[in-house]
Amino acid sequence: MKAIITVLGCDRVGIIADVTAALARNNINILDISQTIMQDIFTMIMLADISGSRKTLAEIEEEMEAVGKNLGVSVTVQHADLFNSMHRI
Amino acid sequence: MINTSEIIETISMIRQEHLDIRTVTMGISLLDCIHSDAGRTADAVYDKIMKKAGKLVETGQAIEKEYGIPIINKRVAVTPISIIGQASGAYLPLARALDRAAAGTGINFIGGYSALVQKGFTGGEEQFLESIPEALAETKLVCSSVNVASTKAGINMDAVARMGRIIKETAEKTADSGGMGCAKLVVFANAVEDNPFMAGAFHGAGEPECVINVGVSGPGVVKCALEKVRGADLGTVAETVKKTAFKITRMGQLVATEASRRLDVPFGIVDLSLAPTPAVGDSVAYILEEIGLEKCGAPGTTAALALLNDAVKKGGVMASSYVGGLSGAFIPVSEDAGMIEAVKCGALSLEKLEAMTCVCSVGIDMVAVPGDTSAETISGILADEVALGVVNTKTTALRIIPAPGKKVGDSVDFGGLLGTAPVMPVNPFSCSKMIARGGRIPAPMHSLKN
Repeated sequence: MKAIITVLGCDRVGIIADVTAALARNNINILDISQTIMQDIFTMIMLADISGSRKTLAEIEEEMEAVGKNLGVSVTVQHADLFNSMHRI
Repeated sequence: MINTSEIIETISMIRQEHLDIRTVTMGISLLDCIHSDAGRTADAVYDKIMKKAGKLVETGQAIEKEYGIPIINKRVAVTPISIIGQASGAYLPLARALDRAAAGTGINFIGGYSALVQKGFTGGEEQFLESIPEALAETKLVCSSVNVASTKAGINMDAVARMGRIIKETAEKTADSGGMGCAKLVVFANAVEDNPFMAGAFHGAGEPECVINVGVSGPGVVKCALEKVRGADLGTVAETVKKTAFKITRMGQLVATEASRRLDVPFGIVDLSLAPTPAVGDSVAYILEEIGLEKCGAPGTTAALALLNDAVKKGGVMASSYVGGLSGAFIPVSEDAGMIEAVKCGALSLEKLEAMTCVCSVGIDMVAVPGDTSAETISGILADEVALGVVNTKTTALRIIPAPGKKVGDSVDFGGLLGTAPVMPVNPFSCSKMIARGGRIPAPMHSLKN
């Protein structure tokens, strides 16, 4: 199952390190990653394959939310189909 | 991969612009629960709803979590209870069974305490109608609807007269909560069998055993999209609404398919409606104002709403495999911050609302009027509203609250999604002689249209 992980917030040292470390711990493979500063906001979007993880998407979402909280940024994990269905015919 | 701006667009639609799935409604047929013994019917109704909808809330929450889309309401609609209760002749025990089942499954409303009497009443249906005020006063989560007119049958004016009295009685029986019972009672012309929205949802006789219908929302998203094309011509406005409606509906279609798969229940329809909530920024009135009105209700309002309603449908139709329900913009006064403001400042009157319902779904909705408004006057407002539906071959409805003890200028607070209704003035001239005539208004002609 593929998920889109979005990280938005104030830029600081170690955001990518902490987020990707948490994903690695859960055996989640990052397939694509893009990071930019949009209107002064740190914006990172990842496409990840979560089928190797033992946790459900809901559990991963909870864990990543907590990682985000520690960093002062917001992290969301959503099923990739949401974006595919909205933006692709 | 989907690009960054598309992902950010979706996320800001959900986070900042109040995009949500308004309701996932499971329709359940209760035809196999009919028994001549009232107690056995009620038990069968309760058991069937618990069995079919037991996992509805849990499944809805799981989808919410995985996709990151809020699903505001999970609801159930059942076969009209006037049909289910007729063999036993007892309706109130069924209302109680519905209420218990709604509480047991954790849903927030159950619809179907309903009757279809557009052409006339059976004996059982007459008794059923009389039970509505008590049923709505006694239960918390049960919603009731009555269809009194259709384009094919005309208008049952005896039912119109009766519903005026029933609305008054319901308000009086629930006076301690501002007439809350009336917020759960809607009277229709051309009621649809697969509407997922309350208070008018019921599971029609032509529907399958069990079905999942989904209602989308998103006035906030449409408003934000229009902010980006300020000053452009109205063709651009229509195009922008269409594109936005397409995206909103695609999300509804995704949730509907997913809910249907997980619950192993066939997918019925996506209802393409713009349903406002009292939250600031989630208002249909604000969209109309964004199009260029100083206040909703100003001259031009009906035209702006016609454009909006049509563009929502055009955008949404291609995004879903099956579209149905009411599909249009809702204009419930108490549930829309912009409508409330427009009424309070005198921009929006009952008569203008009536005109607006000619071009959108569903009708005069969640409007509070003074508590001393007579039953005949309410019947008159109802007759006007259903006449619009009958002649224009569309669904129209009335959900009106004659708020006990309240006068023009007061407000009635219903809480939550039902919002706050400012009490609106009603034309003081009487229609009681016309209502007293009773009978049927014949079905309209459908050629020589002018």
